Amino acid sequence: MTMLFGIPLPALLGQLLIGFINGSFYALLSLGLAVIFGLLRVINFAHGAQYMLGAFTAYLLLFYTGIGFWPALIIAPLIVAAISALIERTMLSRLYDLDHLYGLLFTFGLALIIEGTFRWYYGAAGQPYAGPALLSGGTNLGFMFLPNYRGFVVVASIVICLAVWLLIEKTRLGAYLRAATENPQLVQAFGVNVPLLLTLTYALGAGLAGLAGVLAAPIYQVSPLMGSNLIIIVFAVVVIGGMGSIGGAIVTGYVLGILEGLTKVFYPEASNIVVFVIMAIVLMLRPAGLFGKEI
Amino acid sequence: MSSLTQSGAAAPEATDAEAGHRRQKSLSRIGLVVAVIAVAGLIAAPFFVYPVFLMTVLCFALFATAFNLLLGYVGLLSFGHAAFFGGAAYFAAHAAKVWGFEPLSAILVGAVGAGVMGLAVGALAIRRQGIYFAMVTLALSQMIFFIFLQAPFTHGEDGIQGVPRGDLLGLVDLNRPLNIYYFVLAVFLFGFFAVWRIVHSPFGHVLQAIRENENRAISLGYRVERYKLAAFVMSATIAGLAGAMKAIVLQIATLTDVAWQMSGEVVLMTLLGGMGTIFGPSLGAAVVVTMQNYFATSDVPVTVIIGVVFVLCVLLFRRGIVGEAIRLMKR
Repeated sequence: MTMLFGIPLPALLGQLLIGFINGSFYALLSLGLAVIFGLLRVINFAHGAQYMLGAFTAYLLLFYTGIGFWPALIIAPLIVAAISALIERTMLSRLYDLDHLYGLLFTFGLALIIEGTFRWYYGAAGQPYAGPALLSGGTNLGFMFLPNYRGFVVVASIVICLAVWLLIEKTRLGAYLRAATENPQLVQAFGVNVPLLLTLTYALGAGLAGLAGVLAAPIYQVSPLMGSNLIIIVFAVVVIGGMGSIGGAIVTGYVLGILEGLTKVFYPEASNIVVFVIMAIVLMLRPAGLFGKEI
Repeated sequence: MSSLTQSGAAAPEATDAEAGHRRQKSLSRIGLVVAVIAVAGLIAAPFFVYPVFLMTVLCFALFATAFNLLLGYVGLLSFGHAAFFGGAAYFAAHAAKVWGFEPLSAILVGAVGAGVMGLAVGALAIRRQGIYFAMVTLALSQMIFFIFLQAPFTHGEDGIQGVPRGDLLGLVDLNRPLNIYYFVLAVFLFGFFAVWRIVHSPFGHVLQAIRENENRAISLGYRVERYKLAAFVMSATIAGLAGAMKAIVLQIATLTDVAWQMSGEVVLMTLLGGMGTIFGPSLGAAVVVTMQNYFATSDVPVTVIIGVVFVLCVLLFRRGIVGEAIRLMKR
């Protein structure tokens, strides 16, 4: 068997793939957090709950209406985005003039409500969700066996991240968004409906979390606590990357997922904490984060 | 940071300094009366209320008071204080059970351990400000959670069970309900007084200056990061005192106390009672623990209730109970 650094090559590549998939979710979630934070200056603690909501919506669509994976991939994020927009309009928007910490506390309470409710109905155990039949099975790459669905998730997450990046950097709407990030009063004076822009941004970020949830449903099981375990790691990812740039959030997400996967091969005991350790090191060497500017 | 606590207790209106001063004085007199009544009530309480419940409230009240030292008086939101509370519980439980320490020294082991953890976490966290500070403390406390989950001495999911209450200084048998109650009350009052003393010292006033305007404090020549770190370590140590005491009282130390949900609960206690007020966090802790006890036997999930109270507090009731009371009295 081929060995690399004393580790069998298939094991190494297998963990690398798992790391890449985890990294895809880190990237999608930290991207959503960065988009929301950029304009609203709110750390969206409910991001994990919205991710879970996406997965559960897909599960419930299948369970009650028989709607499968592909339509759910569109419908579930839209539902999550709509609910989140409603919450932003009715409650979160009242907190913009206050200290940013209140936004964090509000979304924290929101996360508790959403997760607590689902846990009450469905228990803490996970529900299996079948992936699309089209992508069942796997492909033998010669050096390893790649389940098709996982390969799809990696590709899909890269495409989604690129699309959001293009939306923000290259379109007119994105230009408004970036301008409003710099100076909301001025943009408002130019006749742009900034409150609407804020709502759309929150819905976009939450919808991204919901989309990540649907993608995650066939890989991890659908469970009420799937988001809360993930969100804290994503926070650390965001601290490492710095929230200044959209691109930084994406790159940091993938890199940390892969580093975590590698840690599982070389020193499994530390795989739970490696992201936090890297965060501590980054804080010591570059307090503003790798891509960030201190705000 | 200023808008966070502008509505807090100790900000007299600058327009009428004389009247403000007088009002301030009468407020602190009311505070003294409240304190005397509260202490008298706490001394009499075990004859009317189940002592274990009271002691749980006192542990959480001290925890919230320690947390408020940081949030209410320095304006730093730590989202990782469970690490110190639960960590100290583990240290104290291990010292009492495995090393055979008597209860007071076991509690001290816990508090000192929490202080050391606070030094490490605080030194990293104060490198970032505002919202990042909250995220860094949350992430570091999650790391500590995983370390406790894997460390052999904590016994993973089981926790450390059957912690002996022992004899205080080898003299007083803490297995008797009243003995341990008055011991807990004494430790609580000690910790509470320590926080009060810190807040009202020159050091505490510098902390509040940092809360109101960090840049100005820097330009006045204060080494802001040292003050922040010192406050962080003090807060962590006293939170540890509370957690260690809880481990001796309930005779168990588990992962629940180090989990991030616990960090959220202490934020809620402080917010609900009134951040930046001396009595607020204790009152908030009493309300939250009572609520948890009440809903634990009902059908409604406690997490949802906590979440709803959280959202309502943030949207409608940011001054908290004591904060609102002070505002009404100032009118």
